[in-house]
Amino acid sequence: MTNSLVTYKKTLSQFQSLIALVVLCIVLSILSDKFFTANNGLNVLRQVAVNICIATGMTLVVLTAGIDLSVGSVLALCGAVTAGLLKNGIAIQQADCFIGFTLLGAILVGTIIGSFLGWFNGFTITKFNVPPFVATLAMLTIARGATMLYTKGHPISNLGESFAFIGTGWLFGIPIPVYIATVVVLLAVFLTQKTKIGRYIYAIGGNEQAAKLSGINIKKVKVTVYAMAGALAAIGGIIVTSRLDSAQPNAGISYELDAIAAVVIGGASLSGGRGTVWGTVMGAIIIGVLNNGLVLLNVSPFWQQVVKGAVILLAVIIDKAGENKE
Amino acid sequence: MLVAKNISKRFGGVIALNNVNLELHPGKVNAIIGENGAGKSTLMKIFSGVHTQYEGEISFKGKVVKFKSTNEAETAGIAIIHQELNLVPHLSIAENIFLGRELTNAVGMVKVKAMNDITAKLLLRLNLNISPETKIVALKVGQQQLVEIAKALHTNAEVIIMDEPTSAISDKEVDNLYEIIDQLKKENKTIVYISHKLKELFAIADRYIVLRDGATIESGNFSEVSQDELIHKMTGRKFNLEKRVSELSVYQPLLSINNLSLKHSLFKSKNILKNISFSLYKGEVLGIYGLMGAGRTELMECIFGLHPKLSTGNISINSQVIAIKKPVDAINAGIALVPEDRKLDGLILNQSIKSNISITALDKILNFGFLLSGAKENKLADNYIAQLGIKCGSSDVPAKTLSGGNQQKIVLAKWLVTNPKILLLDEPTRGIDINAKAEIYKVIKQLASEGMGIIVVSSELPEILTVSDRVVVLAEGELTATLPISEATESSILKHAIQKN
Repeated sequence: MTNSLVTYKKTLSQFQSLIALVVLCIVLSILSDKFFTANNGLNVLRQVAVNICIATGMTLVVLTAGIDLSVGSVLALCGAVTAGLLKNGIAIQQADCFIGFTLLGAILVGTIIGSFLGWFNGFTITKFNVPPFVATLAMLTIARGATMLYTKGHPISNLGESFAFIGTGWLFGIPIPVYIATVVVLLAVFLTQKTKIGRYIYAIGGNEQAAKLSGINIKKVKVTVYAMAGALAAIGGIIVTSRLDSAQPNAGISYELDAIAAVVIGGASLSGGRGTVWGTVMGAIIIGVLNNGLVLLNVSPFWQQVVKGAVILLAVIIDKAGENKE
Repeated sequence: MLVAKNISKRFGGVIALNNVNLELHPGKVNAIIGENGAGKSTLMKIFSGVHTQYEGEISFKGKVVKFKSTNEAETAGIAIIHQELNLVPHLSIAENIFLGRELTNAVGMVKVKAMNDITAKLLLRLNLNISPETKIVALKVGQQQLVEIAKALHTNAEVIIMDEPTSAISDKEVDNLYEIIDQLKKENKTIVYISHKLKELFAIADRYIVLRDGATIESGNFSEVSQDELIHKMTGRKFNLEKRVSELSVYQPLLSINNLSLKHSLFKSKNILKNISFSLYKGEVLGIYGLMGAGRTELMECIFGLHPKLSTGNISINSQVIAIKKPVDAINAGIALVPEDRKLDGLILNQSIKSNISITALDKILNFGFLLSGAKENKLADNYIAQLGIKCGSSDVPAKTLSGGNQQKIVLAKWLVTNPKILLLDEPTRGIDINAKAEIYKVIKQLASEGMGIIVVSSELPEILTVSDRVVVLAEGELTATLPISEATESSILKHAIQKN
């Protein structure tokens, strides 16, 4: 095979998910006249912004051949803590002391807790050799339980207008969550493509043994990656909480599955080393467009799930077929 | 019992077996001996149905046979007990013995009791006094080996091939194994015994068959031959070697290994390496030779910091003792290791040539101290591609698309990028063609002449003799000789590589 052909094919596979998205949009535009409007487009983007944040973190984890099942629960806990701090602060009755939080302070603490939970995932995985699936499954339950404990099972609502702006506000005709997701994606693209740790992430997923022999500190990279995934889940939690103006104790249930779906549709391999943040973004938008389109077409929600599952399967089959041809 | 006539086997252009003729006698222990790469394992793989394409003819019990699978060979009555045992760890002994041929009743349910009873009888025959329901993980390696033998007995194997059966078991277990082999002989089974340990062979084996360079040299009875004669038969080839003339005049020790020992990860009482001490000089190529299981690779791994918890002893560079606890410590100290298995340990096969080369030295391709520069990376990769003559269209293609020789050069490049003072090469030319071999030898000599200290670990004697200034010989974890190249010959090296006592 000549070189230009290799490059050509490589470029093609990089844009595979983009092409799929374009085709999907064309089909939906033909089927529904409400689909291809600016309003609907922005609506979809606002809806997928949370999944893009979470799925970006998931991409980093998956690239190291790991998985993070805890993101949905971490999202709920961090959203709840942010809301709780913002509304009630911390009151220590024994000392007769009250600590109030500003908007920024509460968000910061929420995000730090997210990255701490992620760090803890990475710690158990690297220190005790717990398989990522199991370690994060445990965290899924722990964080959900902690959310229930913190909220006592009740939503924390009425968080103030300035906080609500994060999830519902618009700037220059574009929803705020879209800006947040864009910044997250740009940072992650930069991290994976332009920095040392990005290379190390790909190397570890590609061949952990070879990476180890190359002098890469595997544990450090993995822990960092899980911590980032936790922080991004927290950011997702803050957006969700703000949009609803309420922290729901059962927010984010099964969000990890949407994130994994986006990563997989975006062409990443769950065995690590292959995939891009850009692909994941496409994957997340495909899922969002599909959800939106099926609603506009009045397809029953039960069928929507069937279709979503079929798309995931199809994406992976197409991807594998391309891989085998190599 | 089993007669092989004119067996030949090629792998691509490499001739692994060349007109092998041999006869295995029933009721005897037939030892197959030869140095690394003489063709022993290939031959055994043909007997046991792993390799199905070969020339020549095998007759078994008077009939010509050609096995199409390992299963067929097993059914016919040939069982092989590999060095790495093939048991399912979390199943019981009985379940392993009946794996794939479980006894079932009319409705397809497994007859557990019947299987356990049969297994118990088999174990009794092997002096193994444990319950058939014991899980394999709970057994010692020696016991697991006996389970493999029980499995062979269960399938009524007539020929039992044992590949290095004593490499991982204790002396007591060896004695027990010998007793069982004696018993099997009395039952008129044909035992094929592969081992590098001559002492052991003289104790247990009846007949020897010497393989050299893929051909049968001679067979006979152990009672009629001496150890030295056997060694001579194993190496007797006339080889026109162009030995390296050592150019070292000043001996400046670069790397010194003192009393290095390595414990076995499972049996803490067993040492894989025992009190190894040697030095590597600046500008020197030191060859390290040893037979299978001598601890060659483990020695390199210890120097590179891969066994910090199991190894003892110290390593000094330029007379300074250095603590190497992990690979990065070794790299920082100026050591590079090109590992034995380039696909498993050396390369990220799916990634591009350039990212494989730059991964050890990303600091060198940064802009502003944190931003990876594509241009710098291309320049770095292209530089080494040209220097080592790596044949590829561009540095963007995945490493897996290249030939073995070129892949090996990528691994070499990824380490030269770190500017090492000490280069450890473990089997640097394994599985690559002759031209690529010659090119790698040239690179080794060039690097040494520039002052790098290089250790070449090899299981090929001609390679050791071609590249080395000095040769260190290992046998069963001990350093048995250090020979200047002027005194090194195939037989002198091999004599030290085979432990006599």
